Amino acid sequence: MSKHYLLPDISKPGKIGCSLPELDVPLSELPPENLLRKELELPEVSEGELVRYFITLSKMNYGVDTGFYPLGSCTMKYNPKWHEDLPKFPGFASTHPLQPEDTAQGALQLMFEMQEYLAEITGMDAVSVIPMAGAHGELASQLMIKAYHYERGDKDRRKILLTDSSHGTNPATASMCRFEIGMISSDSEGNVDMKSLNTVMDDSVAALTLTLPTTLGLFDPHITEISELVHKRGGLLLGDGANLNSLIGYAKFGDLGFDCIMVNLHKTFSTPHGGGGPGSGPVCTKQKLAEFLPTPLVACEDGRYRLVAPVKSIGRIGGFHGNFGVLVKAYAYIRSLGAEGLKQVAQDAVINANYVKEKLKAHYYLPYDRTCMHEVVFSHKRQAAKGVNAMDIAKRLLDYGLHPPTVHFPLVVDGALMIEPTETESKATLDEFIQAMIEIAKEAKSDPDILHSAPHNTPVRRLDSARAARQPDLRWQISGMETEK
Amino acid sequence: MNSMLSPYLPNTDADRRAMLSEIGADSVDELFQDIPEKLRHTHFSLPAPLSELELKRELRQLADSNANLEDYACFLGAGSYRHFVPSVVDHIIGRSEFYTAYTPYQAEVSQGTLQPVYEYQSLVCQLTGMEVSNAGMYDGSTAAAEAAVMACIVSKRNKVAVLNTVNPTYREVIATYVEGRDLAVETIEPDASLSADYACLLVQQPNFFGCLEKIETYVQKVHDTGGLFISIFDPISLGMFRPPGDYGADIAVAEGQPLGIPLCFGGPYLGVFACRKEYVRYIPGRLVGKTVDVEGRPGYVMTMVTREQYIRRERAISNICTSEALMALAAGVYLAAVSKRGLRHVAELCYHKAHYTARAISTLKGYSLVFEEPFFKEFVIGCPRAPAKINEVLLREKIIGGLDISHLIDNGMLFCVTEMNTKQEIDRLVEILSAS
Repeated sequence: MSKHYLLPDISKPGKIGCSLPELDVPLSELPPENLLRKELELPEVSEGELVRYFITLSKMNYGVDTGFYPLGSCTMKYNPKWHEDLPKFPGFASTHPLQPEDTAQGALQLMFEMQEYLAEITGMDAVSVIPMAGAHGELASQLMIKAYHYERGDKDRRKILLTDSSHGTNPATASMCRFEIGMISSDSEGNVDMKSLNTVMDDSVAALTLTLPTTLGLFDPHITEISELVHKRGGLLLGDGANLNSLIGYAKFGDLGFDCIMVNLHKTFSTPHGGGGPGSGPVCTKQKLAEFLPTPLVACEDGRYRLVAPVKSIGRIGGFHGNFGVLVKAYAYIRSLGAEGLKQVAQDAVINANYVKEKLKAHYYLPYDRTCMHEVVFSHKRQAAKGVNAMDIAKRLLDYGLHPPTVHFPLVVDGALMIEPTETESKATLDEFIQAMIEIAKEAKSDPDILHSAPHNTPVRRLDSARAARQPDLRWQISGMETEK
Repeated sequence: MNSMLSPYLPNTDADRRAMLSEIGADSVDELFQDIPEKLRHTHFSLPAPLSELELKRELRQLADSNANLEDYACFLGAGSYRHFVPSVVDHIIGRSEFYTAYTPYQAEVSQGTLQPVYEYQSLVCQLTGMEVSNAGMYDGSTAAAEAAVMACIVSKRNKVAVLNTVNPTYREVIATYVEGRDLAVETIEPDASLSADYACLLVQQPNFFGCLEKIETYVQKVHDTGGLFISIFDPISLGMFRPPGDYGADIAVAEGQPLGIPLCFGGPYLGVFACRKEYVRYIPGRLVGKTVDVEGRPGYVMTMVTREQYIRRERAISNICTSEALMALAAGVYLAAVSKRGLRHVAELCYHKAHYTARAISTLKGYSLVFEEPFFKEFVIGCPRAPAKINEVLLREKIIGGLDISHLIDNGMLFCVTEMNTKQEIDRLVEILSAS
């Protein structure tokens, strides 16, 4: 690894990283002095130094283009290269969100068709493509549900039910909407415990939020009973669609009884995750919630597209019309695969996950030994006997040049190792991963220390997180005095 | 070509058969048997798949049906701004090691994501004069909304005040977030007094109409009641104008799009979010901190994660998870590329060109500058007739005019002028306005 440095370390007064034009109009009088800035210090580097700095850093990253990335619940599939070119077309990249609708019909048409495709895929009646990430879509859905019950005068429904395997965003979103939280446990098969649901599902419940397939990678076969029970007692069924990838072509959320679901375009629809965004989290809903969708929607009348506000909208949730550039890529993904291609995606994702499950279950404890969907969750239980935990296994995988699975989530499995291969990985890649996992299981018995001290050959080794939190160092600081040195 | 051959799917039918056999399944459908049979679909209807060549051609046509601002002169802003993006930004964020990575949960192989976030946080602090920055929010409006909510959490008060010159769209987004949490939000007049139950006051600088507010008055007003002052600033304006840290802001948020991010019909953008150090444990979203590895080498990790949804669940500050990391990288590269001289120059180009334009238009018969306050790059012109009609004329001349705000100000049009507007196109705008 090359020597560590930051931008101020290579900054020298008098350098610049780009060129800018001279002023071509007469100077105007400056505003009063008290409005003006006295000093501004930013690093000064040349364009070439800037490029070399960031390229050096890029080499310290692991992306889907680098190798296998089986991060469970994140659906890290390959992102087709040509999709990256599409939002850069000047007609997309250089359009202003507030320019007259007549001059942006192409962009609006794409948004409208995305609404239609997602409605078809999820079996819902109306779709908003405005939310900018999954959690943003969850926020919109829960606000819609709150508004729905309020509107009906059902104001005592102040509770959202969650399962013990739910994503952290589910309870965090409920808090943002001032819902109380009721927990439902999973049964021994990893499904919703119907007894538990039956006990807590009363007229204080606004909705049950369910991830399907669950974060255990399992399809809950009691979905119809769950939906019936929730609806019979006046609640709604809200979906977290993070795991849609394994269902396309096989099931529609609308038919399964869901009233509303958010989906992650940066997962199922293959838009790159960007190291933490941009994402896109459309909300798809049945008719009864459609009028509460966030503003704006795209409507089509007489072949003309325009932005409209649903009548009882929860309001605006963002400055403009969502992450349009991300929509363009997801649109291309749907159009390039079509219905049959998307179904093949689901099939291959499920075959890949089950293949990994079968090949590794002799080596790692499998808490739910049944057919899985897009991902499989193991536990570190066997290795824990030797003092090796899921994180150690993850770190050792880095030495093998592979990205680890999600670890210690879902919380319902002790020492979870959540593996989601996705459909874009070949059997050969899976075999390589399986082999590495088997080697590591052996090492956990023969040489546990090598796991405790892993990783060994990454750009940096295990980092002191406790120190980072205890003595926060969140920025560098330069002043005029320092840069003049 | 076999329509089932997809470049996205590496496994052959032989691979699939081999794997199914290992799994012990006779057919792939067996793997889907947990889905109740009557709900299992084999049909859904989408357009037939297209090849790369065909779809690129179709999408190019769709894109070309939009008026794009490389072909049109543009005087539209109001929260989304056309600024110059040096090519170096796109080349760096186009490295797939950056854009195909997930959130950096495995820090040892994610220093390429983490270190640039630390740079970004530092650059934002330098720019704003604030002490701490997070790794970014969805956009300027949600950053403002989350700031208002954070102020309620910090102050344990449940009312938010927003000055009436804040962008109306932002006021709507703030209301969605704040009221969603059963808190109250009120839009206040400039001379309104503040009671002691407000958590914060949000002021936009320059305001929605482009004017520079007498900011100290408002900072004083809310601090007197023990509330927090939240500044919604324009990052480019900070090349010339006093930064939020300098005038006493407690939280400072902005739309980060002007910092190297294309217009792209409204997104993806970036919410800039910075605050005073004492509030760091209440900040929403990701924070990256510097630390050392087991060998004592410097490195970076996501830190203070107990604020976040994936650790604290229902007690998290916000539910934000995936945000706009790649856009924050773009903003960091932009700020490093233009540096202090460049940013100042860009701000001055905006300032002088906007004033040149405002002067020229306001000398035309029937046109006048509505506000007397100092402004930066946006200003409101009172027009002799409906702005919509004027914009139709301009559009025919391949000019996208200003924003029609006649619902707020009689025949008002909000113009925006940046370094992208040449003198030639400004002169042409004025000429057409004078002739029409």
